[in-house]
Amino acid sequence: MSVVRGRAVRRPWRLAAEATALLVAAVVAFPLYWMLLGALKPAGEIESTEPRPWTASPSLDSFRRVFEQQEFGRYFVNSLVVAVSVVIASALIAFLAATAVTRFRFRFRTTLLVMFLVAQMVPVEALTIPLFFLMRDLGQLNTLGSLILPHIAFSLPFAIWMLRGFVKAVPESLEEAAYLDGASRARFLWRILLPLVLPGLVATSVFSFISAWNDFLFAKSFIISDTSQSTLPMALLVFYKPDEPDWGGVMAASTVMTVPVLVFFVLVQRRLVSGLGGAVKD
Amino acid sequence: MSRLTAPSGPGRVEPRWVRAVRGASRPRGGSRATNPAPRRPGGWTPWLYVAPALLVLGGLLVYPVYQLGLISFMEYTQAQVSGGEPTRFRGLANYTELFADDQFRQVLLATVGFAAACVLCTLAVGCALAVLLTRVRAVPRLALLLAALGAWATPTITGSTVWLFLFDPDFGPVDRLLGIGDFSWTYGRYSAFLLVLLEVVWCSFPFVMVTVYAGIRAVPAEILEAAALDGASSWRIWRSVLAPALRPILVIVTVQSVIWDFKVFTQIYVMTGGGGIAGQNLVLNVYAYQKAFASSQYGLGSAIGVVTLLILLAITLGYLRLLRRQGEEL
Repeated sequence: MSVVRGRAVRRPWRLAAEATALLVAAVVAFPLYWMLLGALKPAGEIESTEPRPWTASPSLDSFRRVFEQQEFGRYFVNSLVVAVSVVIASALIAFLAATAVTRFRFRFRTTLLVMFLVAQMVPVEALTIPLFFLMRDLGQLNTLGSLILPHIAFSLPFAIWMLRGFVKAVPESLEEAAYLDGASRARFLWRILLPLVLPGLVATSVFSFISAWNDFLFAKSFIISDTSQSTLPMALLVFYKPDEPDWGGVMAASTVMTVPVLVFFVLVQRRLVSGLGGAVKD
Repeated sequence: MSRLTAPSGPGRVEPRWVRAVRGASRPRGGSRATNPAPRRPGGWTPWLYVAPALLVLGGLLVYPVYQLGLISFMEYTQAQVSGGEPTRFRGLANYTELFADDQFRQVLLATVGFAAACVLCTLAVGCALAVLLTRVRAVPRLALLLAALGAWATPTITGSTVWLFLFDPDFGPVDRLLGIGDFSWTYGRYSAFLLVLLEVVWCSFPFVMVTVYAGIRAVPAEILEAAALDGASSWRIWRSVLAPALRPILVIVTVQSVIWDFKVFTQIYVMTGGGGIAGQNLVLNVYAYQKAFASSQYGLGSAIGVVTLLILLAITLGYLRLLRRQGEEL
């Protein structure tokens, strides 16, 4: 009796909750929908004072303008080179460091961990000035290296911190078994541990990828004269002139810039959730 | 060493329960003496493994921090950069100049207030939606998760331009929807901050929501059911059951949000055109950038950077103390 009544009371609540969830999902997704819509609307429609949430005649004009007028393809490749280099380098370095701090006991281990945590809090943006001079002295200004190097450093602490949980989760007995079977340390590291930790590595790399892909401040500060080394954020701003923004172009460029990250996210989303859980719980 | 191999002979697979007991005892194993986990003292090997990380962090993080501190005590302007004049040690002059500057104090206050508002809104929205996710069936849950994932994945700069377009006084849908004519959101100080806040919350609540949702799912369902059967309201369940169980997660999420929102640069820079009309929407990072790269006062810009760094360091240390009080093992 009480169970039945409980259900009767709960049901409308659940429906209300589900309606709310769908509504919130629509609101959250709306900016992305509007971006895509803006990219597809013909020029006359986008500059209309009566914006409609659909378009009768979608066109690829804005995308064409983006890819023709600017060296957009090149910027896209530049951004990709930066992001992929950062992801690979920081994943490998973080994997080694995470293995050291989870599978060995040594002096200053805790100190190192605290250091990584503190390093994670350092505001990247505050270091723009010294990094500018450092990159100048290294002769890296106006090169993609000036974007890759700092981002490796900045994504490392978080990557190490997050990978810890994954490395810890690999049973110690496996390591012993490997050594008993005569595997060397290096062999265990690259042939056994690395494949097992790979899901975690993927989850971690999302964050490195995003921070490198998003980078705006360094690109703006370090790539000053050689525009062939520019990245997507700077290219996007070309269309965004303060007084007469070309909204169609901005939305098309934004779409081109968002899609790779979206694809990456969707591919790794399952691992991301479990990865976050692992990082947080440990 | 003896316990390491004692239960089973070399090469033999341990019974499952032995592994389970070991695994369970490891995280809370406490002191080294009672912890049989063979975390080997590897001699130089661990240092070999952390060496690349230390090298990179030392060169590109520690050294720049040191440089930042150094430059903040110097007279460092265009003349020094081009080598026309020697750098001169100024002591605390940059700092006294900053704190005597009305605009800097205003920017400092705005940064703290803005970050606090962003953190509160992000946490409230993220936690509320995480709870909501546990109440609904698969389809609405998937819809909300996917939408949040989309917002999360959106690059900061495209998020900024898209939200600007949404709130554009001439062509944006929001002003039409609200029926407020051609109201310019970026003109007034507070409406501009509100616009940026909305964008920041939009792109940062998914992290909170997903993390907290993962945490709630780890709470045993029986406890929640028992509380519900005892007639506890949603709010009561959150306050008395979920929030205590989720405390470690909430601490992490809060600190991450504080740090992210304190460092907001791209959104302010793009959405308010470099800090708003007459600098009304400046925050510390944008202010430091403008001082250094727009007016070539690298010394002053570095001093602002040091102030930001110190504030975040204080927050981090508070966070570490919190963790230690909870008895978390690193």
